[in-house]
Order: sequence, then structure tokens, then C-alpha cells
Amino acid sequence: MSDALLAIDGLTKQFGGVTAVDHCSFQVQTGTVTALIGPNGSGKTTAFNMITGYLKADSGTIRFRGETITRPRPADLYRRGLSRTFQQARIFPELSVEENLVVAAGYSWPQLFGRRVSTSDRERARTMLQEFRLEPLAQLPARELSYGQRKLVEFAAVLTSEPTLVLLDEPTAGVNPVMIDAMERHIRQRHAEGVTFLVVEHDMQLVMRLCDPVIVLDRGAPIAFGSPEHVQTDPRVLEAYLGA
Amino acid sequence: MRGSISRVGPLRVGIFFLLLIVIPLVGAPGWILNTLIFTIMYAALASSWNLIGGYAGYPSLGHVAFFGIGAYAIGIVFSKDVFGGYVPFFALPLIGIAVGLLSLPIGWVSMRTRADVFAIVTITLLFITQTLAFNLKGVTGGAQGASVAPPPFAVDHYDWPFYFAMLILLAIAMGISFYFQRSKIGLSLATIRADEDKAHGVGVRVTAVKLIAFGVSAGLVAMAGGVWAYYVGFIYPQFAVDPLITIGMVLMAFLGGRATLWGPVLGAFILVPAQEYFAQAFGASQLYLFAYAAVFLLIILFLPRGILPSISERLRQRRPVIATEEAFAGEESTSGPAMEVTVER
Repeated sequence: MSDALLAIDGLTKQFGGVTAVDHCSFQVQTGTVTALIGPNGSGKTTAFNMITGYLKADSGTIRFRGETITRPRPADLYRRGLSRTFQQARIFPELSVEENLVVAAGYSWPQLFGRRVSTSDRERARTMLQEFRLEPLAQLPARELSYGQRKLVEFAAVLTSEPTLVLLDEPTAGVNPVMIDAMERHIRQRHAEGVTFLVVEHDMQLVMRLCDPVIVLDRGAPIAFGSPEHVQTDPRVLEAYLGA
Repeated sequence: MRGSISRVGPLRVGIFFLLLIVIPLVGAPGWILNTLIFTIMYAALASSWNLIGGYAGYPSLGHVAFFGIGAYAIGIVFSKDVFGGYVPFFALPLIGIAVGLLSLPIGWVSMRTRADVFAIVTITLLFITQTLAFNLKGVTGGAQGASVAPPPFAVDHYDWPFYFAMLILLAIAMGISFYFQRSKIGLSLATIRADEDKAHGVGVRVTAVKLIAFGVSAGLVAMAGGVWAYYVGFIYPQFAVDPLITIGMVLMAFLGGRATLWGPVLGAFILVPAQEYFAQAFGASQLYLFAYAAVFLLIILFLPRGILPSISERLRQRRPVIATEEAFAGEESTSGPAMEVTVER
């Protein structure tokens, strides 16, 4: 309990008569790539939204780096090292690719009044864009990117703030196989550098290759937890997915 | 949005302000100066409004409240004596700072809403201020109005101090607009305009940046209100807190192009002379308001982003397109987020 990077306990959210997340408790240990899977409507994204402060939980507690987050706010959490990407790849379309990275890198109060993109900002963004092989696109307005490129830019952008924990909401949904490989490579690389991941993903092959442990949600609560092999053979998981 | 830094920019600013400085000096007739004072005033108002309405994407319709407060501040303090004539101008920065600070709680509350709700909330600010101006008779003189003591300026050059005061305000508003574009304030505002929730999610100090833009914008508008009050001499609630002033500054920013440096200025230099012309042509019938409405309709229909952004978009499209896809080796474009999701069991 104490050394978990992220620990959620009894998290609940109701929308009208529907309980989207129902007394959900799980932990993410430091240095893991933890998967959060489950059928559509099992509450994965709702849980994500509560953890990152986008949605107010009806009840339950969230602990990050040993501290209880009483009022989760996205900007505060981001600055404390918890960042996320969105299912739909949300980037700032009117800003250049470089600016998307610069604004996400974080800045101090004095820097707020300083240059829009300083030399050191540019240097830092360039390093990241090189790593993602996006450097040729640096000055392009982000709205001109393909969907897959947007996903990569969003991912690269949240990494510029050097987060401890990154929540990825379906990082490979809707992108082609080459891009899935690229995304997987980047996750592995960052993981090797010490970043912890919590990944919502529907591509089970990717989950089985990349993630350990796996948490399976159904109807808003975890029904299984363990290694990919263990989870794969769990009868409750098969039942949840197949509806048998 | 962000133009490239080149020599053209400073040259354009230099020529623009040089022309405006020279016009009164070469003995332009009074009616031209009078029209120009209002044109420059509206350019300053629209540029100031642009800081919050354009860059931040918060379309305030209540900004004339700050204009009115600035006007009454001058009217109340200098009702008996203007101390040689120039002291009211030097009081303007204080008024700007005071109104800017006063606007912060208003901005904090109203900017908890967004888009159309925000616009409606700020309209109420306009009507509350006008109602207060009508009813706080001890302070504002109510419907009887307030007046500023007449300045002892020479008849020949009577308009000059007001003209140059407005011009300085425009320069300040444009200077701040330019500074916003080039600083992280502008970068942060652009993220708020595009997707405020996502901006929170990448650690942008959303509330602080919005309040900076709101306060600076309100303060500048109040200063313009102060010069206006001093120039016209009489302040009545229905003119100092006139919805048409709000509509004017918003319309001009929309016409020229929001979130650009020159858009609001261009809008003012088109609309104010046009309005003067229509007012002349249609007499005092206020039929010119129909022309105003027609312009608004045309802008929304044909230039929803305003003149300058539309032109720069056209120019950009004529340039050879960079091969976006080729720049990223091996990546095929997928057109949208609605892709199928593979679930393997």
C-alpha cells in the first residue's frame, strides 16, 4: 500500500441511475506498465477522468506518491508529475507542433512573462521531437497533422514535463500498425528510463506484450488482477468479455 | 496568428503611427480630427477587447462597463477644475490600474462560465453598471449627467491633447497585444482559446493568465473611457455605458480578425468612418444601425474569422504545401478518431 505510486480506494461515480465506477480500488506500483482493460462501458475512462481531476468523484480516495489528493485538479497533478493523454488525441491545433511541446513542458512565473519560445525551450522541444522523429514537422500548425501524428505529438508533449506517472487512454486506437509499433517503442523506452505507465487499451496483443500487471474492470470495479497470462485465463474475465 | 519576425512589422507600425502623428500637425480640418479621435478610440478599445475576447476567446459583451467607470472617474474627480488641462491625462494610468484591479473579481466570477454563457453574464455587468450610473445620483448625477470642467486649451488646437492621448492609448494597447503574442502569456491564452480543459491538463496556469488578460483589457478600456469623458465634457449613463460601444469594439475585432495585432485596428478604421458616413447619410434616424447589423451579418457569413486571418489563410494556401506525410517515414494518414478498436480474446 505505502509504496504504491498511485492508489485509489473505493472510487465511485454515478451518472443519474448508472454507476459508471463502483467502489473501485486498485494500485499502480512504481516502475510498472500497468494495463487497465475491460469491455466498453466498464468505467476505464471515467476512472481516468477522476484520477486526473477532470471529473469529481462521488466518493473514494486517490493517493499519489504517498499523498492523499483531496481536491484533484488537472494542472496541479500535472505539475506534480501525473500526466495523461486523451482517447481522441487532444492537441492545440492552431499552435505549431513545437509550441504544443513548449507549452506542455511547464514554466515558472517569471518565464510566463518571458519569450513565447525561448532558445532553451526550442532545444528541449527539438530533443523530444528528434526522439519521436517529428522534427521536420516542428513548425507546422498541429491541425495539419494526421491522426496518428497527433497521438504521437500529444504523447511527446506530456513527456516534456518529465512526469513520474503517465496515464495513456487508448494510445493506439485508430492508428495504423506502423504507428502502433512506434508508440510501443516510445513507451518501452520511457519505461526503461523510469517512467511508470497506466494504460487503457483495447489492443490485447499490445497489452500482453507490453503490460504487467493487468487490471480488468467490469461494471465499474476490478474483477481480476495479475500477469497477462493469469488474467487471460481467468474465467471471470472471459465471462465479462464474452458476456457468457 | 503569430507572424514571423521581420523588418516589415516595425516598418508598418512606424509608418502607421507617423501618419497619425502628422495628420493634425499639417492642419487637418476639425471634422477629420474629430472623426479620427473616435476612430483611434475604437481602435484602442477593440485592441484592448481583443486581449480577452480574441486571444483568450472570452467574448465579453460587458466591457463598456469599464469604459463607463473610467469616464465617471474623470467626470467625478475633475468636475470643478482640470488643473491647467493636462492633469486629467496624467490621472489616467491610476484609473487604468484601479479599474484593472477592480475588474479582477468580476473576471474571476464571470470566467467560470464560457462562450455564450460568458457573453450573457457580461451583458448583465453592462446593465448593472448602467443602472448604478442612473441611480447613484449622489456620485454620478443620475440622468442629469456629470460634467468635466472645460479645459483651457487654445481653440486652434483644442482637439490635439485628446487626439494624442487616444493615440498613445492605441500604441499601448497594440504594444501589449504584440507583447502577448510574443510571450508565454499569449501561448497560454492560445491554449485556453483552443481547449481550456486540455490546457489545465498540461499545467497551464489558466485562471491566472485569464485574469491577467481580463484586468489589462479592462484597465485599458477604462483609460479610453476617461479620455472620451474629458473630450465630450458631459457624461450621461446612456452614453457612457452604451451597449453600442460594446458592440462597436466587438464588431471591429471580429471584422478585422480576432487574436491578431492589426485586425481590431483595421476593423475600427473601416467601421468608424463608415458609421460616420451612414449617420450623415441617414440623418439622426439611427437607420445607420441597420447598416451596422448588415455588416455584422456579412462578416459572420463570409468572413467568420475576420479579414486578416482570411487573407493570410488564402496566402498560405497558395504556398507550396509541405509534404506532411512524407516527413514522417512509414506513417500512413488515418483521417479521424472514429476508428475501429480491436478487442482480442
